[in-house]
Amino acid sequence: METAIQQLQGVPINHYLIFCSVIFAIGVIGVLIRRNVIIMMMSIELMLNAVNLLLAAFSVQHGDASGQVFVFFIMALAAAEVAVGLAIIIMVYRNTKSVDIESLHKLRW
Amino acid sequence: MSDLIWLIPLLPLIGFVINGLGQQVLSKSLVGFIGSATVFISFVLSCTVFATIYEARSMGQARVITQHIFEWIKLGNLDISLSFLVDPLSAIMLLIVTGIGFLIHIYSIGYMHSDAGFAKFFAYLNLFIFFMLLLVLGSNYLVMFIGWEGVGLCSYLLIGFWYKNSAYAAAAKKAFVMNRIGDLGFLLAVFFILGTFGSLEFSTVFQSAKNFPVGDVTIITITLLLFVAATGKSAQIPLFTWLPDAMAGPTPVSALIHAATMVTAGIYMIARSNILFVLSPLTMQIIAIIGVCTALLAAAVALTQNDIKKVLAYSTVSQLGYMFLGLGVGAFTGAFFHVLTHAFFKALLFLGAGSVIHGMSNEQDMRKMGGLKKALPVTFATMLIGTIAISGIPPFSGFFSKDEILAHAFAAHPLFWVLGFIGALMTAFYMFRLIYLTFFGEFRGTDEQKHHVHESPKSMTFPLIVLAILSVLGGILNLPEVLGGNAWLANFLSPVFADGASLQHVHTVEHSTEYMLMAVSVVGVLIMAFVAYNRYVKQAHIPQDDQVVRTGFAKLSYHKFYVDELYDQLIVKPINWLSVFFARVVDGLGIDGLVNGIGKSSWAAGKGIRLLQSGNVGFYLLLMVVGVIAIFIYGLLSF
Repeated sequence: METAIQQLQGVPINHYLIFCSVIFAIGVIGVLIRRNVIIMMMSIELMLNAVNLLLAAFSVQHGDASGQVFVFFIMALAAAEVAVGLAIIIMVYRNTKSVDIESLHKLRW
Repeated sequence: MSDLIWLIPLLPLIGFVINGLGQQVLSKSLVGFIGSATVFISFVLSCTVFATIYEARSMGQARVITQHIFEWIKLGNLDISLSFLVDPLSAIMLLIVTGIGFLIHIYSIGYMHSDAGFAKFFAYLNLFIFFMLLLVLGSNYLVMFIGWEGVGLCSYLLIGFWYKNSAYAAAAKKAFVMNRIGDLGFLLAVFFILGTFGSLEFSTVFQSAKNFPVGDVTIITITLLLFVAATGKSAQIPLFTWLPDAMAGPTPVSALIHAATMVTAGIYMIARSNILFVLSPLTMQIIAIIGVCTALLAAAVALTQNDIKKVLAYSTVSQLGYMFLGLGVGAFTGAFFHVLTHAFFKALLFLGAGSVIHGMSNEQDMRKMGGLKKALPVTFATMLIGTIAISGIPPFSGFFSKDEILAHAFAAHPLFWVLGFIGALMTAFYMFRLIYLTFFGEFRGTDEQKHHVHESPKSMTFPLIVLAILSVLGGILNLPEVLGGNAWLANFLSPVFADGASLQHVHTVEHSTEYMLMAVSVVGVLIMAFVAYNRYVKQAHIPQDDQVVRTGFAKLSYHKFYVDELYDQLIVKPINWLSVFFARVVDGLGIDGLVNGIGKSSWAAGKGIRLLQSGNVGFYLLLMVVGVIAIFIYGLLSF
């Protein structure tokens, strides 16, 4: 364990920042350009994971556990969100026979 | 008996309630009885109160009776009660109001007998007496103000008594509005007095006023405001034009309210507050100037009027001007003496005019009268007495009161006397013109009127006779020393005016000068009476039709110097224009535009913004991301 932490601390924080920014950006772009709701939700997970990774990285960097505690909260939250989101998607699919986000237009005024 | 003061105003109020509520039920004779009896009992009570004061005065004491009725306003240091004050001044006013009021009630029984609103009329008259008594009896400015407002209200109700005639209703409205302008002055003065002296009670105010220096700015303000109030109620320049129009009311009203009582309220109020006015020489100057101008202007208008009541109305305005001249030169007793004698002879003249109108089947135009001497002997005799009295021919009452004022005016400034003298000449001319046109010469009315014309019933001639006797003898009340009298009224009133008199320099004239002034005015007046006789009896001159275009002074006088038209142009039209401007532009465009604009713009905004809500989730997400980025950039920049 000790060595793993030391190795992790050996990686400069900038690398984590750049890596996570890239993953987060991929997630954002995925949400913005894809039409498939399932993939959009997966993109959201990607963003969450980018943030989680960053939290964990900073946590190790500062030797403070609270960052990792947050990670667990976010994971729990994401799981709950996915459960609700999937349920909604299933309902949408039943009505429209499609998981295309464009089919949700009908909900507008 | 003097602890029954509260009953004096209460009785007419009871009369008002009974007659007002029972106007559909009570018979006319009962209404007339209740209306007159309540005032008569008040009169008797007033006499006893007066007797108490008189007794004390004849023993040289300054007796003042105050009666506390109830606590009214008590807030911190402010303590105002409804309380009554009887001193020599209000004791005499009590007698005038209830005495002449009673006579006019009696007269009204005859005059109004065939009117549908008989009970209503008596109810209003009683209400008027109540308010007038409140005005006279009040021991502080607030009670006086209630009476002041109340008589204004009753005047409005009675001028517009025949409200179905829209011209009469307009006259009532005019009187009400003009009085309201004056009342604003009174109200402001009351606030100033309260702020300055911390009390409205006459005794407290006058006591502490003595400590103020002459010409103090606060006192000047208060007195000017009080004078504004007086110009409204007592029909002085510039608020006099309502009084001639007020003749739209039934004639007894003209006699009671617009000649004998209410219009003298301004003089009463100034006489009552004499100490304040003496402390403000500037206001006194203004009062004297306004008074003499009003006297002249109104007399000049009266010269050419053809409506018998209009002549008398302008004559009233003119006589009130004399009273203000008296006040302005510090002759408080003289002014009040004129109030007293004027109440007798002007009430008499108005009632006489009413009797003529009654006999002539509601004809008011003197051009259609003439030769009524034989048909209306009592009316003629009494009106002639009234005319002699008002013209100032000795030994009738008007001579003494007017000459007292003129003598004081002469002492103050000879110019006042000259102008007052010219006014007196005009007074004599138009009054004799009225008599000659009405009672002399040939009858000029229709045949129907000629057959109908008759002397008025006893209920109407009785008050005429009583008032005629008073008009003859009234002068004795204040027979000046120069004519061998002892100035009884001046002595009687001296405690009221003592404080004022002690502070002011008293103008006096030599006895020889006084004799000369009297002689000049009497001769002048007699000449004017003769000139009128020559023109209207010998030459049988009849005023021209309304259509005839008059020239020069006659035109100005006939058209009342265009004062109404002037007010119309200067005040009414700009206000109308301003109202239209505010209604159309400010309200229509400004405020409506603002309110509607808010509604319209939010509606339009909704219309525009709802297009953003396309339901396109991708677009929403894009906006969200853009927003987040924007917040980040903002956060970065603000660090």
